[in-house]
Amino acid sequence: MTDSFRRWNRSLLVVFGVFVIVFLIGPSIVIVPMGFTAGQSLSFPPVGFSLNWYGKMLSDPAWTSGFINSFQVAVCTAVVASVLGTMTALGIARGRFPGKTIANALILSPLVVPVIVIGIGMFSFFVRFKLSGTLVGMVIAHTALSVPYVVVSVSTSLRSMDRNLEMAAANLGANPWRTFRRITLPLIMPGVFAGALFAFLESWDEVVVSIFMTTTKFRTLPVVMWEQVRQVVDPTVAAVATVLLATTTTVLTLALVVRRQTPVR
Amino acid sequence: MSAHLPSGRAVRTDRTALALRGLRKMFGDVAAVAGVDLDVQEGEFITLLGPSGSGKTTTLRMIAGFTEQSAGSIEIDGVDVSTVPPHKRDVGMVFQNYALFPHMTSAENIEFPLQMRKVPKAEAKQKVADALKLVKLDSYGPRYPRQMSGGQQQRIALARAVVFQPRLLLMDEPLGALDKKLREALQLEIMHISRQLGATVIYVTHDQEEALVMSDRIAIFHDGKIEQLGSGEDLYERPISLFVADFIGESNILHGKFAGGSVVAELGTWRVGDAAAARASLGADSPAALVVRPERLRLIPRTGDVPAGVNTVDATVTDVLYLGSTRKYELRLANGQGVGVRQQLGGPETTWNPADEVRLAWDVDAGVLVAGRGA
Amino acid sequence: MSAPVAVKEGAGRVMRGPLISRWGALAVPLLLFLTFAFLVPMFLIVVRSVTDPVNIGMGNYVTFFTTEANMRVLGNTFYIATVCTVACLAIGYPYAYLMSIVPQRVAGIMLVFVLVPFWSSLLVRTFAWEVILRDTGLINTLLLNLKVISEPLPLIRNTFSVILGMSQILLPFMVLPLYSVMQKIDPELTRAAANLGAPPFSAFRRVFVPLSFPGITAGCLLVFVLALGFYITPTILGSARETMISRFIADQVQVRVNWGLASAMAVVLMVLTFVVLAVASRFVKLRDVYGALGEG
Repeated sequence: MTDSFRRWNRSLLVVFGVFVIVFLIGPSIVIVPMGFTAGQSLSFPPVGFSLNWYGKMLSDPAWTSGFINSFQVAVCTAVVASVLGTMTALGIARGRFPGKTIANALILSPLVVPVIVIGIGMFSFFVRFKLSGTLVGMVIAHTALSVPYVVVSVSTSLRSMDRNLEMAAANLGANPWRTFRRITLPLIMPGVFAGALFAFLESWDEVVVSIFMTTTKFRTLPVVMWEQVRQVVDPTVAAVATVLLATTTTVLTLALVVRRQTPVR
Repeated sequence: MSAHLPSGRAVRTDRTALALRGLRKMFGDVAAVAGVDLDVQEGEFITLLGPSGSGKTTTLRMIAGFTEQSAGSIEIDGVDVSTVPPHKRDVGMVFQNYALFPHMTSAENIEFPLQMRKVPKAEAKQKVADALKLVKLDSYGPRYPRQMSGGQQQRIALARAVVFQPRLLLMDEPLGALDKKLREALQLEIMHISRQLGATVIYVTHDQEEALVMSDRIAIFHDGKIEQLGSGEDLYERPISLFVADFIGESNILHGKFAGGSVVAELGTWRVGDAAAARASLGADSPAALVVRPERLRLIPRTGDVPAGVNTVDATVTDVLYLGSTRKYELRLANGQGVGVRQQLGGPETTWNPADEVRLAWDVDAGVLVAGRGA
Repeated sequence: MSAPVAVKEGAGRVMRGPLISRWGALAVPLLLFLTFAFLVPMFLIVVRSVTDPVNIGMGNYVTFFTTEANMRVLGNTFYIATVCTVACLAIGYPYAYLMSIVPQRVAGIMLVFVLVPFWSSLLVRTFAWEVILRDTGLINTLLLNLKVISEPLPLIRNTFSVILGMSQILLPFMVLPLYSVMQKIDPELTRAAANLGAPPFSAFRRVFVPLSFPGITAGCLLVFVLALGFYITPTILGSARETMISRFIADQVQVRVNWGLASAMAVVLMVLTFVVLAVASRFVKLRDVYGALGEG
């Protein structure tokens, strides 16, 4: 491409790029100050500054229990999904078993099937085992939804790993188990950890399946927010939204930093 | 033997360190290795040399136990290890891309095989220090592989492969990823270290110069088999086939038929030395090829006497290349075939120019007879 | 030199024997788990669609396909999904292209701006659009204060707001596959085209765009399929007229408690999704499409 073309083309693109960035994150950022308003309604610019709405959020048991429930579900999901997902990624990468293609399709299908279908399907199945509205039921549901991210993340780590390293370890006298413990596992650990964080995020923000899988006795934060948004909208919702966003951003930053740590040969 | 690392054995013993018997490897219907027999003496440095796809790396991997052979056996120190898993074979290996564990320091990498063998901590530490010293990287113990250059990484890989005194040291194109200068320096270093340790080395490369420099013996691989096994001089001076003659060094090949102690072709009849004729043992009228190295050819005027014991063929100079210590002539024979001649400079040689019509001459004993195409 | 046999050296498998089954067995727990937690529930929906109420057979499907209002929902769903896909491509392509030509460090920052929304709560992002677009929202308040308008503009509860919100939420799903493809296009190629005399735009159009085609297909596919199943955003930002199929299913379950019809529609939505994916899988590897998301 000639330089002159590049120059005007680039400056145009850069302006466009900035617009896209504003479009992508601007709306979410707008919410943050609204939760700190001293006024009575969700308005922009916010009137004054106060922590009233955060106080209201913390004193409302619907929000606080929602927060605790969400956190419990997300942590358990992250643990279960990363263990199952890592085992599976290893099995697919290293092992041979019949129907590998079908297995791959099954693992990725929770990302493909519309969540509403998963939601009503899981509800009508789990309700028979009295699992709807329980921590266990939610963890099962969210694990199914988030495990593909773990499998993909760990598989990527496994693919980028030099297979010669495992051969070298065997050559140097390490049996298969020690080769795994000392070489393979440490090298894919960033992928496992990032996968666990992605699983946490998927569970933390999940609404649709949760709407069907929770009951008034056990609600997650996004479900409580969903009900609030459809009824009265006061600045508490903005405060809750800010908390959700802050958690997401923190965990995501952590995940991206971890992913960078992957030892590169 | 020193306290920590094996010291050099003064002379090679006659004990067989490695024996391959009828080794084969099939990938589907294709034989990657099609029957290899090889005996390696203790302390010997053997190079498996061949073009890519000739089966040399597959052979090495079978020795290490990474690939299971389809047939045949592998004996190390007289024991069949065919069914022994790689981690129990006790052979050291240096990989082309080093294969250093990126999450461990140099010292930890070198200590790894000692840990696997449950060597006491203090002893292991001393051995690591000795191994680092051996490869002249004494102070590099705490460094991670990514903090070192390619040459340094390969030296650490070498230290790791010898620190546990393996029965065999395998090297899979260890210098392939390095630039020429570093490669040459490391060739010498690997030679010295392996001699110092008295190690039995199986070295894989496709670089013939490297093979000539380093090896006691070279096995030329071709189509999954060993085409010829011998010292570098054997292979260069007395190739047994067209493939070896062509693969090792530059060569001029004159095709014809073998008849009455000579190679007969349209361009002339060339006598073959008795020793060369005996080695090739070709039947009368079978296709034959006469191999003459560029430095064995001389350029003489077309007019004038041909001395006794010399073969000749007429040629035309096409290019003259000045290469410093030598001058290289590219010539064309009457049938269009190209021929190269290397002239050592510094003597009273005549200089020829492009388009000069000359005669190529060589001593009868300088020509090597091999079976020709279609034989 | 004679031609060497075309054998790839060192292609041997590593660590064979009993280990193979042992490695493979690691995948079994998850496959069993997904069978019970995911496959069986999906299968149950299919069963329910023909057995609820008892002996209905294909009745639920007949009801769905013969009711004009229901078909309008289906049409609406396709229309909104299509417009969102086009909008995402129009916005996402230049952005991804910019990412592919700027220095690595800048591209990394641009990627973060895509990943943060990708992983942020869809509900929160939808809520943000409501706060911005509603009658007492950010835009209308601003314009009223500036006296540009005297009445609030109808920015919300219409097709426009649904498409705006959905496009913004789906944009990362377009950018990520596009970028992962564009990243691998050798910049020397467009330079080579220019060197061969192609005018700048022509070099871009004839060399770069065709090479980025796998990314375009993957991105469009992903956005379209996800848009088909959208529930939260069209429900909050749209009115009853913008009802998409997911909301319709939810309403059948929650409001009318008509599980049979809801299940039948869920099956229709599932089948639609799979048809789109099946057609598209002829052009792109689905694993690559989804792989692009987790690898960021």
